[in-house]
Amino acid sequence: MIAVLKHELRGYFYSLAAYLFCAFLLAFIGVGAMLYNIQSSVANFELVLKFVCIGLVIILPVLTMRVMAEEKKQKTDQLLYALPLKPLQIILGKYFALLLIFLIPIMIIAVYPLVFARFGEVYLPTAYGSLLAFYLLGAAIIAIGMFISSLTENQGFAAGISIPFLLLNFYSVKLAEHISSTPFGTLVALSVLVAAVALLVRHLTKNENLSYGIFLAGILCLGITFFFNSALFEGLLPKVMAQLSLFSRFYIFVDGVFDLTAVVFFLSVIIFFLFLSTQSLEKRRYN
Amino acid sequence: MITVEHLTKCYGSFMAIDDLSFEIEEGHVYGFLGPNGAGKSTTMNIMTGCLSATSGTVRIAGHDILEEPETVKKLIGYLPEHPPLYMNETPLEYLRFVGEAKGLRGTELRQQVNAVIQQAGLSQVQNRLISALSKGYQQRVGIAQALLGNPRVIILDEPTVGLDPIQIIEIRDLVKQLGKKHTVIFSSHILSEVQAICEQVLIISNGKLVAFDTPENLERLLTQSGDIFLRTYASAEEADTILGNMEQFSNWESTVQEDGSLAVLIRADGNKIRELCCQIFFAFAERKKAIFEMSSKKASLEEVFLELTEESKRGDAAEEHLISKDGANLCDDEEAEQ
Repeated sequence: MIAVLKHELRGYFYSLAAYLFCAFLLAFIGVGAMLYNIQSSVANFELVLKFVCIGLVIILPVLTMRVMAEEKKQKTDQLLYALPLKPLQIILGKYFALLLIFLIPIMIIAVYPLVFARFGEVYLPTAYGSLLAFYLLGAAIIAIGMFISSLTENQGFAAGISIPFLLLNFYSVKLAEHISSTPFGTLVALSVLVAAVALLVRHLTKNENLSYGIFLAGILCLGITFFFNSALFEGLLPKVMAQLSLFSRFYIFVDGVFDLTAVVFFLSVIIFFLFLSTQSLEKRRYN
Repeated sequence: MITVEHLTKCYGSFMAIDDLSFEIEEGHVYGFLGPNGAGKSTTMNIMTGCLSATSGTVRIAGHDILEEPETVKKLIGYLPEHPPLYMNETPLEYLRFVGEAKGLRGTELRQQVNAVIQQAGLSQVQNRLISALSKGYQQRVGIAQALLGNPRVIILDEPTVGLDPIQIIEIRDLVKQLGKKHTVIFSSHILSEVQAICEQVLIISNGKLVAFDTPENLERLLTQSGDIFLRTYASAEEADTILGNMEQFSNWESTVQEDGSLAVLIRADGNKIRELCCQIFFAFAERKKAIFEMSSKKASLEEVFLELTEESKRGDAAEEHLISKDGANLCDDEEAEQ
């Protein structure tokens, strides 16, 4: 795992990807800090992070798009398979390398609240709590981006899927307000979701019978539940969408609450997508 | 050393490998021969744990590849069909990474990396970017990578494809050297190559093992139909009389050449080609007719290969024939006389 991690880090610094990433993130944060803290003379550094978090939707997928896709394209994944490494070690090595690179701008940013504190009253616990949440949010986005990158061998495609997916997640709370909360609307939406899951399973396992089975079972469950207890579907979709939003969990920290459930949520998302990435890597051996 | 049992691999309804079983012993160079799409790469990928089999088992030194993948992978050095190189690194950096991933550390890592750089002849280019190296050097980096960690088995998938003749000879010599210390399995669709390097040949066609023997034994399979070719200044009638007196064969063709000489092709049955040659020589000598060229043709590995894969892959086999013309020449047993 250490070998993969060192190798990845070297790769990022050779290809300028790491420098560009840090530069962009620092520039975003710099603009935010100037607007909020300096021009508007607000002492709350967490507001800057709230302002910048939409930027993560763009720059993190650009950082993660190549992580698995490029290996496949250059056929270097064959080397990884032939080396005495477990798929989990490969995934973790790559993931920790990305986390370390993401940590560099965060360490620099961590100085800002201290600097501001010299000129006025800054409530540091909220600032650092939000910074930790910001890092966890980024770590979750990296895990998602890594999984999407492992599905394809085209970098552009990986970024092209990750960014809309994250944007959808970013706006999911707002979208949820406009979404039909009638039981039937929810039923239709959940059916589409089941179909999407079945398609993903088909892509991952190349097993048509299994994906049809999942689709039919899902539809059947939904149908039966709807038939017997349609009230259960009332407003379910907006609730689910709001629950799955990564960003609304982050805003809790910005509001000055250190929410442990949110930390657990971020960690669960990370573990879930790292697990999927491992499966995706493993699955290529079964094609 | 390596035991492959009832290996099958299906891609949907297509059967890439069909119930393949063989056993490989330690310390030899094995050639894996087959037309394109015969299942060579698939078999090698499964043997190295890069691909899973639909059914069947692969054991290396008694360890099952599925049950103990890490142990098995430490025993194997593998060069896939496309050398898996990171183009924006130098050979030195690349080999260090592979060494570390294989569990080497500190001085051991440095020593082994230096050793394989020497062995693969990379010392001159070790600090250049891999993307700037020629195909031959890139292939050597790939081979060097497979040698790291001193594996007992080295598996090379078509290591000479796309190289120029000098590079091919260098790689072949390298493979021969490796065969002294390691068990080497080496795939190719070029027959002359396999004949030149390998002690044992496995021929695969349509995912099935059609032959597993030494190159010499495989040749012997077809020597029964050996031909003798000769050129003489005797006239066609004289030659017919001389040959007609001999009882060992009854089938020959003679054609008068532009320079007035006579070319005779004798289809000899049985395999005592050399004795026949002597008898023909003395028969002509008795009549004071000079033979100024005589050669016997043994079946080459190529012909064995064609014969074995004929039914299943007529088209592909014909292509092989064209590619490896030199293969046939290598084992023609030419005996010019006079």
